[in-house]
Amino acid sequence: MEMLKIEKLNVNYGAIHAVRDVSVNIERGEIVTLIGANGAGKSSVIRAIMGLVKSRSGTMTYTSPRDNKPVSLQGKPAEAHVKLGIALSPEGRRILPQLTVEENLALGAYIRDDVKGIADDIEYVYSLFPRLKERHRQKGSTLSGGEQQMLAVGRALMSRPDLLMLDEPSLGLAPILVEEVFEIIRTINSQGKTILLVEQNAFAALKVAHKAYVLEVGAVGLSGTGAELLNNPKVQAAYLGG
Amino acid sequence: MNLNIFIQHFINALSLGSLYGLVAVGYTMVYGILRLINFAHGDIFMLGAYFVYFATIVYKLPWAVGVVTAIILTTICGLLVDRIAYRPLREAPRISALISAIGVSFFIENFAVVVFTGMPRPVVQPPILMKPIELSGGVRLIPLGILVPVVSFVLVGCLLWLLYRTKPGLAMRAISFDIETTRMMGVSVNKIIALAFGLGSALAAVAGIMWALRYPRVEPFMGMTPGIKAFIAAVFGGIGSVPGAMIGGLILGFVEIMSVAFFPTLSGYKDAFAFLLLILILLFRPTGLLGEKLEDKI
Repeated sequence: MEMLKIEKLNVNYGAIHAVRDVSVNIERGEIVTLIGANGAGKSSVIRAIMGLVKSRSGTMTYTSPRDNKPVSLQGKPAEAHVKLGIALSPEGRRILPQLTVEENLALGAYIRDDVKGIADDIEYVYSLFPRLKERHRQKGSTLSGGEQQMLAVGRALMSRPDLLMLDEPSLGLAPILVEEVFEIIRTINSQGKTILLVEQNAFAALKVAHKAYVLEVGAVGLSGTGAELLNNPKVQAAYLGG
Repeated sequence: MNLNIFIQHFINALSLGSLYGLVAVGYTMVYGILRLINFAHGDIFMLGAYFVYFATIVYKLPWAVGVVTAIILTTICGLLVDRIAYRPLREAPRISALISAIGVSFFIENFAVVVFTGMPRPVVQPPILMKPIELSGGVRLIPLGILVPVVSFVLVGCLLWLLYRTKPGLAMRAISFDIETTRMMGVSVNKIIALAFGLGSALAAVAGIMWALRYPRVEPFMGMTPGIKAFIAAVFGGIGSVPGAMIGGLILGFVEIMSVAFFPTLSGYKDAFAFLLLILILLFRPTGLLGEKLEDKI
């Protein structure tokens, strides 16, 4: 089942043409990854989907599993996306530094009113990331980079999204934590969430992804299944250090 | 100075300080969220005083009804200021909104002169608030002097509860750190900003009403000096911090009343002391008493 279909998306920042005719197709239940070098336009695609930047042209059609009705994301403000079932764990984590871990999670559940369900989901996030439970009363600013990343992912889960978008979840993490983060991405996906993953760590991303797109200076260069791209000599040469 | 007179001064300082604090809270909330000094805030305070004057003295509504009406009308004015003068400038450079704020302030003051005339009007105080109560030891207190700090503290207490225990409060605190992230959590930022303006204006209305009862008169420029002093209080307490604004207001009230009480010859300088305080804070502790340096984004 189709979930998000992006066709010929173009994003400009002033004179810079950051995203050129990008088309991406996400099926329900998949992990889809966008890989590419720094500045290739990966984050811009995700920010356009979320409504944080305006796209210049193209279509973005989202079909929620809740009602199976296709809606256009074009021109919708960021706050409307959460209600459709799309959540973003942004690049740089963007933890609110003066709010506690628990308050950050509560903010992630802002659109929900089911007190019991929210409490259950906070426990669920703590079960994924036990470190957060230990620190639930600490301010966001006191967490380590890895803990902040866990909190950013947990906070995005708190709205019970159907489509979870993760922008550079492994950036700046120690290798052992990177492995842990990707393990958790796989777990979350196996529990039924569709995931769009933007990553510079191409090797790790391709290993978990069902489908991958390689962005080169704003345009899709290659695409295929994770395994296909892992074995592609061009990808190996350019992104996998082979 | 005997105890009786000291207590009078103390209550007086507490009243004045809590009024500065109530107004300062409005400055600090808007600044915390938008990094905007809402120069029109003192004029919103003035409107609150005028509305209660018209409601109770001209239209002869009972005080309770008049006070509620005045608070509602003032809140609407505060929301309109945000909607008309600030919201269209949300994406503009910060200086544009600041200039707009100064313009709104001049507009409201001069509009008030045209509509209400520049003549100060006397406010008839309800006798029940003015009848002195005798305490032991010959201490006499006027109920208004007690009412003002009590109402102020209760309201600021309610505000703190709202900020720290409710969802809109959580959103308000979140917006002050990172608007974009708060939006992607599903928060309608403009609604929360409007809430901040509404709450700030309602508190300013209450302060304006109590001010009009204390110095029983209203005039179109009555918001200027208290507005600036409340701004000083907000900076002193640490702009962005609600408890800081209240503490800053109280300290300013005490400095002002006590300096005049102990050194009556210096009474002409009391406004100068307030500004001296502002200069000293800005020189030596620009983040104020409780203000936290905004951490750099990681």
